[in-house]
Amino acid sequence: MRKKIFFNNNIPLPPLELLHFFFFALFTSLYTSLAQQLPREPMEWRRTYGRAPKMILLEANFVQFKEELLPKEGNKALLTFPFLHIYWTDCCDTEMYKSSVKEDMMRWQNSLRTHGSSDWVIIVVETNDTKKKNKTNILPRSSIVDKIRSDFCNKQSDRCVVLSDPLKDSSRSQESWNSLLLKLRTLLLMSFTKNLGRFEDEMRTLREKRTQPGWSFCEYFMVQEELAFVFEMLQQFEDALVQYDELDALFTQYVLNFGAGDTANWLGSFCAPVRNWSGLLLRRPIDMEKRDSIQRGEASLLDLRSYLFSRQCTLLIFLQRPWEVTQRALELLHNCVQELRLLEVQVLEGALDCWVFLSCLEVLHRIEGCCDPAQLAANCSHTVGLWAAAHTGTVLQSPYKKLKEALSSVEAFERHYLELSHAAMEMYQAIGRLRSARLVGKSLAEFYMRKGDPERAETFLQEALKSYVSEGWSLPVTHTRRQVAECQKLLSKTEDYLQTSALLAGDVNLTTDERKHFCQEILSFTGKSGDQSHKVTLSMGVFAQLTQLKFHPAAASVHSGAVLQVELTLRCLMPVSVRIQQLVASIHFEVDHGGTHGRSKGAQRRTHPGTVVFRQSNSSAGPPSSAGAGPSLELDEIQDRSPSDNSLNSTGVICKNTHLLMRRHDSNSPPDTPNCISPPTVGIKEGAQMLKVQDVTLEPGNNSITFTAPPGTYTLRQLCATVGEVQFILPHIYPSAQYEVYSQEPQLTVEPLSEPLLAGLPQKVKFTLLTGHYTVKKGDALQLSNTETMPILPSTKLVGESTLSIQSSEKVTSISLPPAPPYHTLEFQLEVLCIIPSGADRPANERLTNGEVRHRPRSYSHPDTPMTAIDQRMSIDCPWSIYSTLLALTFYIPFKTKHSLLSAGNRQYIQVCVQNVSDVNFALAEVKLTEKQHASLELQSLNTKTQQLLCCKHSVFCLWEVRWKDDLPSCLQCVFSANFSPLSQDISAYKPFHYQFQLERVTTLYSVKAEIFPPAGEQRCRSGVLCGLEVCITRLTEPAEGEIAEDSKTETDGPKTTKLMYEVADSSSNWAVCGKSSGMVLMPMTANATHKVQIEVMPLFAGHLPFPKIKVLKYLPHTAAVAIQPDPDSCVENDSLSLLDKTLDDQGDTASIRSRGSVHSVGSGDQQQKGVAMPRLEPFSPGQVFNHSHACQVLVLPATDDHIMEVNAT
Amino acid sequence: MNTNMAVCIAVIAKENYPLYIRSVPTQNELKFHYTVHTSLDVVEEKISAVGKALGDQRELYLGLLYPTEDYKVYGYVTNSKVKFVIVVDSSNTSLRDNEIRSMFRKLHNSFTDVMCNPFHNPGDTIQSKAFDGIVSGMMVQTA
Repeated sequence: MRKKIFFNNNIPLPPLELLHFFFFALFTSLYTSLAQQLPREPMEWRRTYGRAPKMILLEANFVQFKEELLPKEGNKALLTFPFLHIYWTDCCDTEMYKSSVKEDMMRWQNSLRTHGSSDWVIIVVETNDTKKKNKTNILPRSSIVDKIRSDFCNKQSDRCVVLSDPLKDSSRSQESWNSLLLKLRTLLLMSFTKNLGRFEDEMRTLREKRTQPGWSFCEYFMVQEELAFVFEMLQQFEDALVQYDELDALFTQYVLNFGAGDTANWLGSFCAPVRNWSGLLLRRPIDMEKRDSIQRGEASLLDLRSYLFSRQCTLLIFLQRPWEVTQRALELLHNCVQELRLLEVQVLEGALDCWVFLSCLEVLHRIEGCCDPAQLAANCSHTVGLWAAAHTGTVLQSPYKKLKEALSSVEAFERHYLELSHAAMEMYQAIGRLRSARLVGKSLAEFYMRKGDPERAETFLQEALKSYVSEGWSLPVTHTRRQVAECQKLLSKTEDYLQTSALLAGDVNLTTDERKHFCQEILSFTGKSGDQSHKVTLSMGVFAQLTQLKFHPAAASVHSGAVLQVELTLRCLMPVSVRIQQLVASIHFEVDHGGTHGRSKGAQRRTHPGTVVFRQSNSSAGPPSSAGAGPSLELDEIQDRSPSDNSLNSTGVICKNTHLLMRRHDSNSPPDTPNCISPPTVGIKEGAQMLKVQDVTLEPGNNSITFTAPPGTYTLRQLCATVGEVQFILPHIYPSAQYEVYSQEPQLTVEPLSEPLLAGLPQKVKFTLLTGHYTVKKGDALQLSNTETMPILPSTKLVGESTLSIQSSEKVTSISLPPAPPYHTLEFQLEVLCIIPSGADRPANERLTNGEVRHRPRSYSHPDTPMTAIDQRMSIDCPWSIYSTLLALTFYIPFKTKHSLLSAGNRQYIQVCVQNVSDVNFALAEVKLTEKQHASLELQSLNTKTQQLLCCKHSVFCLWEVRWKDDLPSCLQCVFSANFSPLSQDISAYKPFHYQFQLERVTTLYSVKAEIFPPAGEQRCRSGVLCGLEVCITRLTEPAEGEIAEDSKTETDGPKTTKLMYEVADSSSNWAVCGKSSGMVLMPMTANATHKVQIEVMPLFAGHLPFPKIKVLKYLPHTAAVAIQPDPDSCVENDSLSLLDKTLDDQGDTASIRSRGSVHSVGSGDQQQKGVAMPRLEPFSPGQVFNHSHACQVLVLPATDDHIMEVNAT
Repeated sequence: MNTNMAVCIAVIAKENYPLYIRSVPTQNELKFHYTVHTSLDVVEEKISAVGKALGDQRELYLGLLYPTEDYKVYGYVTNSKVKFVIVVDSSNTSLRDNEIRSMFRKLHNSFTDVMCNPFHNPGDTIQSKAFDGIVSGMMVQTA
């Protein structure tokens, strides 16, 4: 027995059909495993038109072959299409094949051919049973297969497959089973591709015919949907969806064309009036009811749209894209409404809303059904639109149950409406679409208002208003604010209502009539003579804006007695003129106004002097520029001055309003929003000082109001306008404006006309008198105490209109002042001369006229200049004060003077050096040196010029020889004097300059003469050879009085002697001193006493060597030192001298030193006497010792040429 | 009525206040203000979504922000976060995405010109005649 099997794709809808015969038992067992195993492995599906290949799993239904099931020509059904025909046979008998099987196959083939199907396969099943049965007639299996192949499969040998022992579990049977599966898959796919391609081509052809009359969209719809079904069965949902989307687009295009006047006949059925508005139905995968109506061409527009969408929805959910469903749903809803309008379909009132609403809920329901809640929440943004759409259904319906319930009663309707609205709002808020949420809230508020619940409405409105204000949307602000006003009026929130009314009255978006209405609302309230306690405080910003503040005079600073006016410019926002009972500006007294007299501050100074312009934050309308850009930078200069001398330490710029600028940006409510959300609670400060004007009428637009300021330093703080019971308050005037009405003490200052003031020359100084509050009367005078060191020269002149008279008495110079009003400046110049202190003498303190101890000007060196400075103080008695004014002027001495004594043997010279340390060139004349005490002394000038130029930074040296008759006095009191004048001026301007100095111990006591002798037998000294140095110290004079007194204490008997110490020191390392280099000499104190010392020295170099230096010092024994100040530096008790001692000639004396030292070291000495008792060395004054051999040189020959330098010239 | 046009065109500052908003005079101006304001929600959403993904290489055109029954609202954001919003009548089916795009481009060019005006203070509302003219050209003309 044979069975032929037809393969088909696994399509759920059509029934199974068996097409051929086979051994039933065998077939059923094979059928199940075939149907199961066929889709186990995917096949690569290569597609036409360049579409990407896909891996697909093939499923198949096996149906028995019946000829009538073969597709007729023009059959569009793809679902029931037989893709592969299989002929099964287990025939292994040649006879049997020839007799019946072949014939049957031929018949089968013929019927296939007549229906144009070339997709077939013959399967030869081979079992052991069949072989055993007919052993005799058996042919090799291959021969049957070969026969079949040669009979049917010319050139298509793969159309015949052998399946061996399918019911056995052998590897051989398994292998043949697998190859069968593969073969079937391949053939099936081939056929499928071919047939699908043909189907698509036909479909396209059909679509191209759409312009022909009689073409029906519904018919075409069914064809393309067939394709979609096939894709869906192949799990190719994307492709399936494309089919529906194409249908959707095609239909949309037709509707649009209809709107444009291009009508297609078939559209007529869609233009029928809407009778059914049952909404979308998404629960079933295929809404057969609607599908049938489409097939019959009876579907309405909503039916078609609903069916199309339900299919798209199903596929999208298969594709795991539920969010697209909601998005498409929203588009669909809007689109359908549009399409119905375009097609001019008659719709019952409310039917459409009903359909929209039901559809929304259905979509939401479907989506919720297929998603978990978390996903749902995360994707609220997709659903929220639907919620909102459901909510906006103007007349509210509910689906099925809800609809009936809602329509049954007003209460239920409200409940559902609120529920939906709140749901939509919450969702909007959750996804951050706050603006949308507020808009829903606003319509909710409108609903509440209609219901007469203004309280709830206000919350929503305020919320919305806040957002519009903060983002600067003026039109919505105005609209919402009007609604708010309505609420507030109903709620009797008087203050809020007035505030809002004021804002609306000044709102340019409203008509003048409307504005007047709101203005009137305020005025009528103020007109009510209510109880006094009920005062309403509103923000000034809603009523009028302070635009400018101007001070007259501009400095904003006047002295008391003058008038300071403050002019405010108020821009009144009201549409009509408003009469104000009182306008008050409160002012705050500034305590710390230290050094700001007569100067205006910060803000005023920066722009135009005296004018503060206030930036406007637009209260109700327009862009919130202040909110966007922030407040402007308010910069001020700072200077850090040293507290002691007011010198500048540092300077910089500070920002005064950082607290406004540095705010976090996310918390930005505009800095000043008079948006009526919360009226200002700040009242005007009680008890503050105020500027007031009464009864002002503010016209719309700019108004100017002038206040007069009271004395003091004040900052303007607040502004308050009172209209009846209403106060409009500007709680903070910013930027701050400050003014000052001040009172000032008279001030007298003296400053040099030119810097620096030079001592010794007439110098001009400027007196500046700020009269302050004091009026200078006739006869008022300044009394200057005269000082010797700084006389005032009678050359005064006044800078100004009248002259000044100066009277000088012995002690006082009186300057009479011209009469002057307060806060006036008087300036005049005086010429003064600071006498250069001559140096030595310092008379005792004198007393000034006022009894004060006169301060001697003290000279000191100034760090900035090489000149010596003198501070000259002036004491001035002023008519306005009982105290004297002390002023100081600093003068600089232009010269530095030095003197020195020079001697040559017995002759003495005095040299004076004058150095010009100023920046001025001087002429120096009449240079003189005098000695005060000794008339017999003659100072002979060695200066040739009578007048000398002394340029700046240069020096002049003057020299005198001292000549005396009897004895040269040991102390000379000298005065150097010269006349000097700035080079530019004539002789008459010469001023004297004195310099006193004292010279002591000028007499030459000793002369020191050194000689160097070459070694014995040599003519010259040689380097490296010892030579002799003979030092000859000669006493030149008899001892003077003082000198004896100094030394007499030790040596009372015999001839007076004194001890000298000499020291040979060669600082330039030319000489090596061999043996002792220093020693003590006992010198008789008589003239011409001589002492010679022999010392051995060795020249170290050849050439003209300067003599080694010989120092002679006074040696003071310990007892002699009592009168002399101890000088630790010259103490003998040190190591160097101890070493020196060993070489001294005078052993006795050194011993005494030693013993003294040792006594001291044992500690028995008087500690108090210690310093005084030390033996000391003291240098002689310059000129007391004359060194003959100073700067002498001796020729030293090179050492004997012991070493021959070999020079080899090769 | 020329249907190939917008019914409302708005320019919104970075801080979300309107720099310019104009609608067809016969229609409800207030409603457009509300619509444009609400559309900023979607604009912000789109900007933040795109910003994360592509950084600065985003496209300025934001596409359809949201449809309502009566209008379609399209958005565009400049690199300086200035937003352009064009509202089109829903019944106006002749306007395609490309046309909307080119409208925005024209608007953007004109806006750039306004910003280039040295006398214009950035952040102030736009009061340029040239800009007005461009907008008028894109708007529905009601005679």
